Parts: sequence; structure tokens; C-alpha cells
Amino acid sequence: MNKTVNPTDLTLDDDNGPLYVARKKVYPQSVSGTFRRIKWGLMAFCLGVYYFLPFVRWNRGLGAPSQAVLIDLPNSRFYFFFIELWPQEVYYFTGLLIVAAVALFLMNSVGGRIWCGYLCPQTVWTDLFYAVERLVEGDRRERMKKDKSSDPMKLERICEIVLKHSIWLMIAWWTGGAWVLYFNDAPTLVKELVTFQAPMIAYIWIAILTASTYLLAGFMREQVCTYMCPWPRIQAALTDEWALNVTYRYDRGEKRTSVKKAAELRALGEQVGDCVDCYQCVAVCPTGIDIRNGPQLECIQCGLCIDACDNVMAKIGRPKRLIGYDNDINIQRRQEGKAPIYRIVRARTVVYSAIIAAVGGIMIYTLATRSLLDVNVLHDRNPVAVKLSDGSIRNAYTVRLLNKSGYDRVIAIDANGPANLTVHVIGVDSVTPDRPMVVVPRDSTSELRLLVTAPAESNPEKSIPVRFHVTDIGLGEVASATDNFVAP
Amino acid sequence: MTDHSEVDTVTGKSTTGHEWDGIKELNTPLPRWWVICFYLTIIWSIGYWIVYPAWPLISSHTTGLLGYSTRASLAVELANLEALRGEKMAALAAAPLADIEKDPALLALARAKGRTVFGDNCAPCHGSGGAGAKGYPNLNDDDWLWGGTLDQIMQTIQFGARSGHAKTHEGQMLAFGKDGVLKADEIVTVANYVRSLSGLSTRKGFDAAKGEKIFAENCVACHADGGKGNPELGAPNLTDKIWLYGSDEATLIETISQGRAGVMPAWEGRLDPATIKAMAVYVHSLGGGK
Repeated sequence: MNKTVNPTDLTLDDDNGPLYVARKKVYPQSVSGTFRRIKWGLMAFCLGVYYFLPFVRWNRGLGAPSQAVLIDLPNSRFYFFFIELWPQEVYYFTGLLIVAAVALFLMNSVGGRIWCGYLCPQTVWTDLFYAVERLVEGDRRERMKKDKSSDPMKLERICEIVLKHSIWLMIAWWTGGAWVLYFNDAPTLVKELVTFQAPMIAYIWIAILTASTYLLAGFMREQVCTYMCPWPRIQAALTDEWALNVTYRYDRGEKRTSVKKAAELRALGEQVGDCVDCYQCVAVCPTGIDIRNGPQLECIQCGLCIDACDNVMAKIGRPKRLIGYDNDINIQRRQEGKAPIYRIVRARTVVYSAIIAAVGGIMIYTLATRSLLDVNVLHDRNPVAVKLSDGSIRNAYTVRLLNKSGYDRVIAIDANGPANLTVHVIGVDSVTPDRPMVVVPRDSTSELRLLVTAPAESNPEKSIPVRFHVTDIGLGEVASATDNFVAP
Repeated sequence: MTDHSEVDTVTGKSTTGHEWDGIKELNTPLPRWWVICFYLTIIWSIGYWIVYPAWPLISSHTTGLLGYSTRASLAVELANLEALRGEKMAALAAAPLADIEKDPALLALARAKGRTVFGDNCAPCHGSGGAGAKGYPNLNDDDWLWGGTLDQIMQTIQFGARSGHAKTHEGQMLAFGKDGVLKADEIVTVANYVRSLSGLSTRKGFDAAKGEKIFAENCVACHADGGKGNPELGAPNLTDKIWLYGSDEATLIETISQGRAGVMPAWEGRLDPATIKAMAVYVHSLGGGK
């Protein structure tokens, strides 16, 4: 509801402060608990995959790269374990991106920003950098004290700072280093990098990613999530009232009071909240917010405040999960004395799951049935058709044969159409005159110039369809493409 | 200096001291980082003047300590490009002409090279796809004035036709009408006879025997018996379906009266031998030659 405000009631202080404020540095406190353990586990898993995947080998036979995951830019190939993709098959990546996006939506409608809190690289690396900071400089209070101190720096403090940044840079360097390994044979490149014989571009990329990791995880941190990342805005538009977000259960927490007072009031039979205003949830928050103010844009929903609060609740002997994955519907229901309900299966999640299943299914199906022999035909446009001296009509085509298999093939080419067409391939003296045969080496393409002639007496129409069949004469595998044959 | 001591009471900021009708401008200086960057660029430009060419003088310019020039840099890049291509073009130059089309890699190279060189040099007359025009042969078909084998095509590219080069193709269609060799009615008759050779319709009352006689007396020397043509002289085959200038009676009469002598320049000396070789393969690959 819009409240009518009398303009004279407005004062200069009536806004939310200046448009631009300096960042308040966040000093998250260490915490232990369920969600912290999950976060450590996922961090180890994600970083482990990222740093070590390039070293996993996969035997593809002689002459093919033996790296399980490799983006081979010079030869335009993408290898993923048993899959080898060509640039023509880039739509698999489109499919992958669709699945990834919808999976993100699904995550969001089930558990809010779980991606942000647990899996996003920005979170994972920032978390790691905070761990280093804590290890070197101490926990929240110590770091705050050290930063605030106006005394001239002692040697110990300087050493601390140098050590922290050195470890950060080392992690950042490994991050960049692992990145380039996905584009080259990893063991070879590591050897080259160490002996300074790697191509300059590898060093440049390492430097770029070192810088971005160092800056994003060491300095920009939660500002990336709050100001740079579009996902908080998008997810806010995609969420609904059933999604489980990290929620302060104010139905249980309010009124906040001290442990002692609460005990006294309870003894008198009065209603008091469980929140003791200890600010532990604020202290551990990596984005520096107070979850008790309700859902906020800055909240990445990492669940660390749940751990912090649970620890406090355990100490004061109150039930856990004063902060937990919940939603406003359940708060309302509890206030009305009803049991909470959790609706994971609902139209939204079913539709998202169905889209994921459909796109994933199509991708798996096409991947399983994809042909290892393919042909692309491009009709010559200049000239589209040529009249020969005996009055017959000839069209030229650029034909590209794709042999995606691991062996050389002998391919026979036929052109079928309403007219009695003959085929000639430039540079190929065919043993069988009407059926030119070419050798297409393994894992490569051959571009041919194909001349198709229709005799004068068959008098082709203005345009007739021609079907090009290419046949592996050894295996009988067939691929085909259709184009038109045009009269001048 | 402007006085910045006056402070605006509403915002708490100092003013610039400038006043317009009682309105004063707040002093909002540029951010310090911006100003520092600005001065750094000035310092940078001074360094730039010293090492790079910068200032125009009356008849030249300051050259800078590095002695850099864009022209020299271009020369280096062109030389690098040549070096890069050198190996492959050398392979092309060394391969026998007949074998290039059989090697897919060499064929691809020759066609790629040929296509660009064709576009730069040949397209004005023959069209960008080699489809030709009136008077300029279509290079995609199987009708070749001067022969359609690889060797013949290469020879034509090297020396041209009626180009003035010592080894050029010679021979031309005489102007039978203009030079008074044939009378007007004889030209009409022989034009109709030529049309009949490739099965085209003839004028009413056309005397085939007379036409054959005129043809035998005047044309056979170049166009050979039955008008089959002679690639040695660039005399086209008159029995096929392809006409360089047109097959209608009026055009034929014009051809016979005025003569024809299309010119193709010699490319030897303008293009290097390996390029000419690539050109020959490219042109041959357009329609497979003859």
C-alpha cells in the first residue's frame, strides 16, 4: 500500500543514505557445524575437480590426445572422456547451457541460492581466501583489532601481511595455471611452464586468471555478489513463496532478550523469544548482513548463520534451528498454531525437472546416435549453372566430407535426382566413372569440388532436388545431404 | 586563484566563488585518481615524443630515438608473411603441374591462392566466379578457345592472347565485310550457314549450298572442316552450343563483317611462376578443363 506522504514531512535524512557508500570490510568469524562441514566438503570437491581434472588420462588410441578433458583449439576439437565433439556440434554446449540454467532455476525454487552459497566459484575461492586470512591473521576480533590499530606496524604484522598475500597469490596462480591445462596436454605443458618454454599466451592467461582470482577473492569478495552478479536480481524474480531460504524464524525468536531475563519471564509464564541478541549470526556472515532483518539481496544463503545460531542454542539449552531453511508460509502457519508444510514437489519444480529431463534426454539420444560420417554440400552461386558445349547443364558444389571416426575411410559419392546425373570430383580419377571415390583420413574433413552434369536430352527443370549420398564402402555407413540442381 | 573558503550551508560543501544571479556553484573537483591519470598521460606523451615520430617539421618530421616507421614495420610483416607461405608455395612450385590436383593438400592450397589472385587480376573481365561475359569466355564450361588442358591453360595465362608477348597466342577473326572480302548478301548467307552447323534455325530462302561454298573458301582455314574449330589459332568450334559473342544472326553478321580479336594480357612477369601455376590449377578446377 502506498501511504500518502506530506512533502513537508520529508527531510533530507529521509532517504536510505547516499547512493554510493564506501565498503564496510567484512570480518567473518570461524564457525563449525553441519553447513560449514558441507561447505568444506563441497569446496574440496570443486577445487579438486578443477585442479586435477586435466591430469586425468583417457586412452583414445594412437595419434589422438590422451587427456580426459581437453579443449583443443588449434585442431578445433573438444574431448570429454568418451565424447569427441567437433565445432559443428557446438549445439551440445547450447544444450548443456540450457540444462545448467534450468538446474539453477530448480535449485532456486527448492532451496533458494544454494548455488551462490555452496558452489559458485566466487564463493568457493572467497571462502578459501578467508580461511587463509583466518589462519595467518587470526579470527574476527584479532583481524578487526589489527586493522584498526594505528600503531606503527611491527615486523611480525608485516610478515603476516606478506605471508597472507603470498599464499593468496599462490592459490591464484594455481587457479590460472590449472585453467591453461584444459587447453593443452597437461603434463607436457606443466613441464614447459616450469622450464619457461611454454608459449607466451599460456603465461598471459595464467597472469590474467591469477590477477582476477586474487582481486575477486581477496579484495572484491561479497561486492561481486551484491553489485556485479546479475543472479541475485534474476533469482529474486524467479523465486516463489515455497522456496526454502535461510530464514530467521521470528515467530520463535521475538522478542529478543537476554538468557537471564528470558528465564525469569518464562518462569512467570510469559511469552519470550529464543533470540538472545548475541550477534553470532552477524559475526559469521561472509556478506556482513543481519539475517534477522529478513530475506536480503546480499544474502548468499550459505547457512553459516544457521551453524552459528545452532551452537548458541545448544549452549543455552533451547531447540536448534532458530535460523534455518524455511519460508514465510511456515512462519505464518506456526504462528497460527498449525504444523509447517514443505512443498518440494510443486508445478514449478516439476516443470523445471521436466525441462532438464527433456533437454538432457535429447542430448543423450543425439549423442548416442550421432553419425561418425557426415556430408555438407554448398551449391556454387557464381555461376549457379553452366551450359556445356553439347548443351548439357552442369552445376558445381563444394562438398565437405567429415570423418569423425578413428580410422581412414574410402567414401563413394553418388548424386541422385530426377535427371540422369553424372558426378565428377576434381582431382579424382575414378576407377568407377560414375561413382567417384575418395579417401578421407581419420578424424578429419575433406573438401571436394564436385561437378554434377545433367545431359541435354533430360532437359532439367528450372530447379530439381539432388540428393548426395556418401557411402563408406568398407562399413556401408551412409550419410546424405540435399541440394538443388539449377538450369541456367 | 578562486576563493574556496565560502561554504554552502545546505550541503556543507565549499563553493567555487562563481555567482550567477545569486546562485553559486558548488565546488566539485575531479576525483584525485582521475587527475593523477591525466597528468600521467601528459608525462607519457612526452616520453612518446622522444622515442617515436611525433612532430611535423617544415620538410620532414621528428623521427624519434627508436627510428620506428609504419612503412618499415609493414615491410617486416610482409616479409614474415612471405616466409610463412614460402614453404608451402615452394612445394607447389616444385610439384609437377599434373600431380597438383591429385594431392588434396596442394589442390586446396592452389585453389585458395588461385581464388584470391583470380579475384584481384582476372575478375574484371572473366567475372569473380569465372562465369565470363560477352567476349570474355566462361571458364567453368568445357569449351576452350586455346585448349583446356592444364598445360594449355597455364600457357594462356603466362603469355595471354594477342597480348604482344613474343610467345602469345596469335590469330584473329578477319573483318570480312569491312575489308571487302565478302559482300553483304554473302555474309548473311554464311552467317545462316554457321547457324545451321549447330542446328540453329536459318532464314527463309537461305541457300545452304552457297553458304557451304563461301564457308569452304573463307572460313575453313581457321575454323577447320565442318567448323570444328582450331585451338592453335583460337578459332572457336562453331558446331557446339557455346557462343562467345552470341549466336543470333545479327551478332554473327557483325562478327563476320567486323572481325573479332579479344585480348588477354600476359601474366608472366606480373605474377611469379608458382602463382601462375596455382592460377592454372584453379582455373582448371572450375570446370575440370577439357
